[in-house]
Amino acid sequence: MSDITTNGDLAATTDEIMIINAARQLGALAAAGKPVCFVGIGLPSTAANLARRLYDPAPVLVYESGCIGSKPQRLPLSIGDGELAETADAVVSVPEIFAYWLQAGRIDVGFLGGAQLDKYGNINSTVIGSYESPTTRLPGAGGAPEIAASAGAVMVIMRQSKRSFVERCDFRSSMGFGDGPGHRERLGLRGAGVRWVITDLGVMEPHPDTCVLTVRALHPGVERAQVVDATGWAVEFVDDLAVTDPPTLHELTTLRAVQAA
Amino acid sequence: MAEILSLRDAVAACVHDGDTIALEGFTHLIPHAAGHEIIRQHRRNLHLVRMTPDMVYDQLIGSGCATKLTFSWGGNPGVGSLQRFRDAVENGWPHPLEIEEHSHAGMATRYAAGAAGLPFGVLRGYVGTGLPEYTDTIKGIECPFTGERLTAVPALNPDVSIVHAQRADRDGNVQIAGLVGVQKEAVLAAKRSIVTVEELVDHLEPVPNSVVLPTWVVTAVCHVPGGAHPSFAMGFSDRDNRFYKDWDAISKDRDSFTAWIDANIHGTADHAAYLDRIGVTVR
Repeated sequence: MSDITTNGDLAATTDEIMIINAARQLGALAAAGKPVCFVGIGLPSTAANLARRLYDPAPVLVYESGCIGSKPQRLPLSIGDGELAETADAVVSVPEIFAYWLQAGRIDVGFLGGAQLDKYGNINSTVIGSYESPTTRLPGAGGAPEIAASAGAVMVIMRQSKRSFVERCDFRSSMGFGDGPGHRERLGLRGAGVRWVITDLGVMEPHPDTCVLTVRALHPGVERAQVVDATGWAVEFVDDLAVTDPPTLHELTTLRAVQAA
Repeated sequence: MAEILSLRDAVAACVHDGDTIALEGFTHLIPHAAGHEIIRQHRRNLHLVRMTPDMVYDQLIGSGCATKLTFSWGGNPGVGSLQRFRDAVENGWPHPLEIEEHSHAGMATRYAAGAAGLPFGVLRGYVGTGLPEYTDTIKGIECPFTGERLTAVPALNPDVSIVHAQRADRDGNVQIAGLVGVQKEAVLAAKRSIVTVEELVDHLEPVPNSVVLPTWVVTAVCHVPGGAHPSFAMGFSDRDNRFYKDWDAISKDRDSFTAWIDANIHGTADHAAYLDRIGVTVR
């Protein structure tokens, strides 16, 4: 993690900038009446908990352990820390959370990470190498296949590198745009799929025609060449490429307080 | 009616070589003590089933108890990979591990079908992923009413399901509160079941929203305080996140893993001795 000096004497790390930008997107969705977020553990959970403190209306955090509307004071290490259950509006069983809440279409945004992401927003969290004799066996898909299929939209948060942002995933654990335009529709998937990819370098969104993830914004101080070097496909930039707003003092101090609690 | 047994006697009576067994718990109430007792009793050729195999399955796999794993996510939550699971899949140590891989939604559907006595369950799942290509127990099905393409997965009916709970009464009625995971479905789907509990009481006080397993659906109840450690039992303990982080280094290589199992599992008579040895005090 390198330090980027932003406004004044405030220095935010690239990870902090990534997390803050993801939280902003969740805040915008909540303001637009789409607050219900199915949260994976790790970076998604950190960003979702930051957004819950920064925005009113706040995102509603749903965890696959069965917690609906969790309001943890400290960041959970796992998706089932006691804090998540004790601060939830409701706690339901695992079969119920997937069937009644996710599958039935009650989730606005699924928030995922992964080991590999490809240009069509497909995610691999299963194996590196071949499935039968992998070079690296990863934990597996978990809840992601159905989150990616059934959530209204999907946001991905991942640190960007050539190893992780690839032309084609070694294994498709969850479906973005599959093989390209129209693939989700042909399979009858209900959700819109990946709409936002927030990285430590910038923000990508699928191209409206090709569905290929395209850079919409760079974080302050990031050069196009860095993104090209950290992307395994011939990455393109939108014509009106933006620069994300630098973290505010309020965002940064809130994030650090969340992580220190 | 459930029998109140020692964990040693319950495992000896219920868990046999070659059985299909599920130790369930979704982060909360993971029956670690029962897994350790299975290792102590040198069970072999087990088919392990679990949505989220984590540390205790890493220990069972690394100890050579398992030949097959049916699962949807095998990792150390919040920490990273399961080193012994990886070694078994990538290198066949201590011997090859066959895997049957699903998603969480699919596994939950399979348990629910098992509990309901149905041959299969149905969901909108797996579509567009690589899983159906490698997992025979995922099949497409057409809704007879709407024609919608859906996914069918067969019921899971383990020989034995094992869960941990807050308490049971002396007749063997079990009460589970908080994150209840898939424990009810796992117990009801199984041919036999073992429930380890934090406390045995004369009378169960009703707790809002709790799951109650009547004694007549449970095979054995064992009083094992701290039996979930380093997982937790709401009302009794907190998750020992430090232990989960430490496990990564302990399990990283075969020798340090084996030394840990020999000293702490084979080197202790039961769970109370184990907790004493690793310095954990039970409330």
